[in-house]
Amino acid sequence: MITVETFDTLAAASSAMAGAGSGNRAGAGGSCYMGGGTLVMRAVNYGDGDFSRILRSRDPALLRIEPDGGGVFIGAGATMAAIAGHRETAFLAEAATAVGGPAIRNMATLGGNLFAPPPYGDLSTALLALDARVRTADGQETPMESFFARRRMTGPLVAGVTVPRPEPGVLRFRKVTRVRPKGVSVMAIAVRLPFRSGRLAGVRIAFGAMGPTPVRAKSAESALEGGGLEDARIARAAETLAHDLAPADDALASAWYRQAVAPVHLARLLRSAREG
Amino acid sequence: MTTFEMRKEYFADERPEDLKEIGRPTIRQDILGHVTGRSRFYDDHLFDGLLHMRCVRSPHHHARVRAIDASAAEAMPGVRRIVRSGDVPKNLNTLLSLLGFGRDDEPLITPETVGYRGEPVLAVIAETEAAARAAVRAVRVDWDVLPHVLDVEAALAPDAPIVNSEYPNNSFDYHDRYDHQKLRFGDVDRAFQGAERIVEGRYRMSPIEQAPMETCGAIAVPESNDRFTCHTSTQALFFSLATTAKLLDLPSAKLHFIGGTVGGGFGGKVDSVVEPMSVLGAQLTGRPVKFMWDREEEMQVGAPRGAEMWDIRDGLDRDGRIIARRFTGYFDAGAYTRLSSYAVVKAVGHLPGPYTIPNVAANVYCVFTNRTPATAMRGFGITGVDFAIECQMDRAAEAAGLDPVAFRILNAYRDGDMKAHRRLAKNTALIECCQVAAEKAGWPLDGTALSQSSLSGGGGARASVPETATDGEGRIGERRRRALPAEPLAGSGPRGRLPEGTIRGSDVAAAPPQRMDMGPGSGPDLESFVVPPLPAAPSPATGPVPHQPPIAPSTAASSPAAPATPTAPATPATPAAGDSMLAARLRRSRFLAGTRRR
Amino acid sequence: MTKTAVTFRLNGAETAIFVDGGQNLLDVLRRGVGDLSPKYGCGQGGCGGCSVLVDGTLRLACITLAESVDGASVETAAGLADGPRLHPLQKAFMEGFAAQCGYCTPGMLMAARALLDANPDPAREEVVEAISGNLCRCTGYEPIIDAILAAAADLRGGAAR
Repeated sequence: MITVETFDTLAAASSAMAGAGSGNRAGAGGSCYMGGGTLVMRAVNYGDGDFSRILRSRDPALLRIEPDGGGVFIGAGATMAAIAGHRETAFLAEAATAVGGPAIRNMATLGGNLFAPPPYGDLSTALLALDARVRTADGQETPMESFFARRRMTGPLVAGVTVPRPEPGVLRFRKVTRVRPKGVSVMAIAVRLPFRSGRLAGVRIAFGAMGPTPVRAKSAESALEGGGLEDARIARAAETLAHDLAPADDALASAWYRQAVAPVHLARLLRSAREG
Repeated sequence: MTTFEMRKEYFADERPEDLKEIGRPTIRQDILGHVTGRSRFYDDHLFDGLLHMRCVRSPHHHARVRAIDASAAEAMPGVRRIVRSGDVPKNLNTLLSLLGFGRDDEPLITPETVGYRGEPVLAVIAETEAAARAAVRAVRVDWDVLPHVLDVEAALAPDAPIVNSEYPNNSFDYHDRYDHQKLRFGDVDRAFQGAERIVEGRYRMSPIEQAPMETCGAIAVPESNDRFTCHTSTQALFFSLATTAKLLDLPSAKLHFIGGTVGGGFGGKVDSVVEPMSVLGAQLTGRPVKFMWDREEEMQVGAPRGAEMWDIRDGLDRDGRIIARRFTGYFDAGAYTRLSSYAVVKAVGHLPGPYTIPNVAANVYCVFTNRTPATAMRGFGITGVDFAIECQMDRAAEAAGLDPVAFRILNAYRDGDMKAHRRLAKNTALIECCQVAAEKAGWPLDGTALSQSSLSGGGGARASVPETATDGEGRIGERRRRALPAEPLAGSGPRGRLPEGTIRGSDVAAAPPQRMDMGPGSGPDLESFVVPPLPAAPSPATGPVPHQPPIAPSTAASSPAAPATPTAPATPATPAAGDSMLAARLRRSRFLAGTRRR
Repeated sequence: MTKTAVTFRLNGAETAIFVDGGQNLLDVLRRGVGDLSPKYGCGQGGCGGCSVLVDGTLRLACITLAESVDGASVETAAGLADGPRLHPLQKAFMEGFAAQCGYCTPGMLMAARALLDANPDPAREEVVEAISGNLCRCTGYEPIIDAILAAAADLRGGAAR
C-alpha cells in the first residue's frame, strides 16, 4: 500500500529521501519523489512501481523561472505550460509544447521530464543541447550529460536547471511522431548551431527517445564543427549517427526503424536551419 | 432460396419515407445524457461492498503451467478469493457454439497450456483494485515455456508447434472435412492457360485493435432471488448472457444482463469474457464483483481484427477482362477460434469482389497462431480482402496498360450477372460509383467508360454457372501427413505428430470407428471429452451465405455439368456416416495426442 | 490503511472525504463522492476521458493524486449545466452530432471549456490543439471541432447561459 508524505521545503523532502537511503526514483527504501504525477501516478494506478512511499514538496521555490547569471533558472516544479508561457524561457517553448496535450502540460514538470524514460523527455533533449546544468537541493550543479549518465543512482533531489540563454534562432527542435497534433516521440532532435565568423563553433546535437536517456550525437557534432551546413557535411553528419544512438523497440517504432530514419530527420532539420 | 425483403409497411407510421439524414446533423436520442455526463455506462453503477477481480496472465506466447503458488496472494490483506480454473463449471467454450459452428476450444481460465501472451491462468478477487493488483503480483507461476509460432505460413508448416489442441493442424476444420473454406466457380487452371497476361500479388494486413474509449468490463451483483444482475459493456447482450450461462452451467433465467450503453465497441466487445468472469466472482463471493480490463489489458488481450494474408492470381485476356482469379487466403485467428472461422466464411462469400469473373477459385484458411485471439471489427472478413482486391485491381490495370478506373468499369458486375457464389447480381452500382468518384476527383474517363451502366450488358451468357472443376485437396490432417510418414495411431506420439495422419483421403468414408487404447495417466474417461456432434453443414444463421451448397465442392460436384478433375476425384456427396466417424476419430485423437488442456 | 481527509469544492459544493494513500482523483470523484461524469479510459493520462478543471486549470483526474486537490475547486462535466439550462458547449455538441458513444464527451467538454475560458475566440487550429489530449474513437473529431467553434461564437454573442 502507498503512503504519501508532503513537505513544505525541498530540503526537508530531500533529507527524508536521503534518510530512506534512496534516490529520486525508487531504491532500496522504495521511495519515490512525485512532481506533477504524470509518470508516478500512472505507476501507482497500474501497481507496477517499485516504491510504496511517495514524497512531495509544496516548496514555492520549485516553481521559479528567473534570470540566473547569463542564463535562466527553471525550478524542478515548473510545468511544461509554465515554461512554454514564460518570457524568460521563450526559447524552450517549442520543446515544452511538444509534450503531451494541454492537460498533461498543466501537470508535467521539468523535474519529471529529467527522469522520464523513453519515449518521453522531449524538453530534456533540448536542455541537453543547450548545455544546461542540473542543480540539486544541496546547491551542487551537474552538467546534463553527467546527470543522465547516473540518474538512476542515489543523490539529493533536483531543485531545477540553469540554462545558458541561446542566441536567437540558434536552437532548433524537431519532434518526430506518428500522430498529429499530439503524439509520443519516435524521436526528438534538438540542435544548437552557433556560427562564429561563418563557421560552426560549439555545435550540439541531442536526441531523445534514441536511448535510455537523451543523448548527444558527438560524431555528428564533430562532422559539422568548424564548417558550414553544406549538403556534403550534412550527409556526413547524418551518416555517423549509428555510432551514438542506441534506441529500443517500443509500440511506436522498432529500434531498426528509429536508426534507419534518424539520419533523414537530422538532415531535414539541418537543411531547414540552413534555409532559415 | 430465401430473400430478404424490406417490409416497410410495418413501419409506415413510425418512419418517414424521406430519410434525408445524410450530410446533416441529427439529434441523437441519447445525446442529452452524453453531454451532461449522466449516460450510465456499465461502470456508472455504484455498489456497497464492490469487490475487484483481476487475472494472473501468461507472460509467454506458448507455455505450460507446471505449478501455481497463490499462497502468498491468498494471505494478503483485502484478498477475498483466489479463483482457479477448476472453479469454472464448464471451462471450455467457443463463441459460435451458440450457433452450432465449431468445437469448444477455449477455457475461461486456462488450466494448463496457454496459447497466447496474456492468457489468464488464475484470478484474484479483493476489496480494492490496488489489493487485487498486489495479490496478482504475488502469485508465482512455474512455466514450462514451449516453442511458439506467430506467422500463418509458419503455423501451417507440417512441423509447426500445435497452438490449439482442439485443432492440431493449426487450422479450423470446415465442413468436417477440409482444412480451409473453398470456393470453386468455373475452371481457373484452364483459364489461366488461355490468358494473355497473368498478374500476381501478395497482400498482408496487420491486426487492428478496436481501441474503444471504454475498456471491456462487467459488474455482477448477486440478487436476493438467487439471480445475478450483470452490468456489462457488451455489444451483444444476449450472446454474452448465453455464453455466461454455458460456461457457468447456469439456467439463463438466473441471469439478468443490463447493457446497451457502450463506450465504443467497433466489434471488440462481443467476446463475452468479462461477463462470465464477473458473474463467477459474484457467485463465489456473494458480493458485487467488477471485472474490468485496464488499458494495457485492452490492448494486449482484447481481441483485435485479425491479421490477414492474401495471394491473388489474375488471368487477363487481350482486352483487359479478368477471365480467371484465384485466391489463397490466410486469416490469423490467434490462439483460439472466437469469430475468425466465421470471418473466413464471410470473406469467401464475398469473392471475387464486385466483379464478374467467369472462373474463380479460393482456398481460405483460418489459421491458429500464438497471437492474441482475433475477433470482430467493422466488416471483418470483408475489409481486409477488399483492400487486397483493390490493390490487385490497380496492379492488374497497370499490367494491362489500362486506366485503373476504366479497368474496374470494364470488369464490374452488372445486374443479372451470375456471381461466384451462384446468386444473380442485382442492384449493382459499382460502375456508377466509379463514374461519380472519377467526376468528383477530377479523374478523366474516356467515353466508353462514361457510357457504361450497371443496368445493361449483364445477364445472358454472364448469368450462367460455368462448368466447374472441383477437387478434394486440403483434407483435414493432410499437411501434417505429408511431413510425417504413416504411423499406427498411438497415444504416445510426440507433440505435433497427428494420429489422423494415417487416414487416407480415399478411405474417409470407409474408415471404421476405432477404439483407441489409452495409456496410463492419460486423464479422465474418453466419453467426457466427446463434444456434441457437428451438424453436417454449419447453420445458415452464421451468415448471409449458405455454406455448403454454393461453396463446398461436394455440392458443386453433384451439379449436373460439373466434371471432376482427373487428378483429384470428387468427394462422395455428403458422406455423413464417414464424416461423423472422422469427427469422432479426431476428437479421440486430439485427446490421445496428449495436448489436451485439462 | 491510513486515510487522509480531503476537502474541496466540487462544482461549487463543499465536499469532504477520506482518501487512501495514492488514490487518484478520478476514483475519488466517481466512487467516493458519486460524480460519475469523468470516465476511466486508460489510467495513464493518455486519453483525456477524465479531464476536469482544478482551480480553473485542465487536469487529468486519473493521474492527479486525490489529496493534492485539498482546498481546491474541482469542476466536472456534471457541473456544466445550470440546472436545466445547458452550457452553450453542451447545446452545440447536441446539435452538431459531436458525440456518438458519449464516453469521451464529458472530458472533451471540459477541455473545450478550459479553452474557451482562456480564449473566447479561438482559431480552428487552436481548438485542435486544445483537444489534442482527448481521444474520440467514434466521431472523427470534425463535428467536435465544429461544435466548439459554434459554442465559442454563441458565447461571444452573449447567448443565454
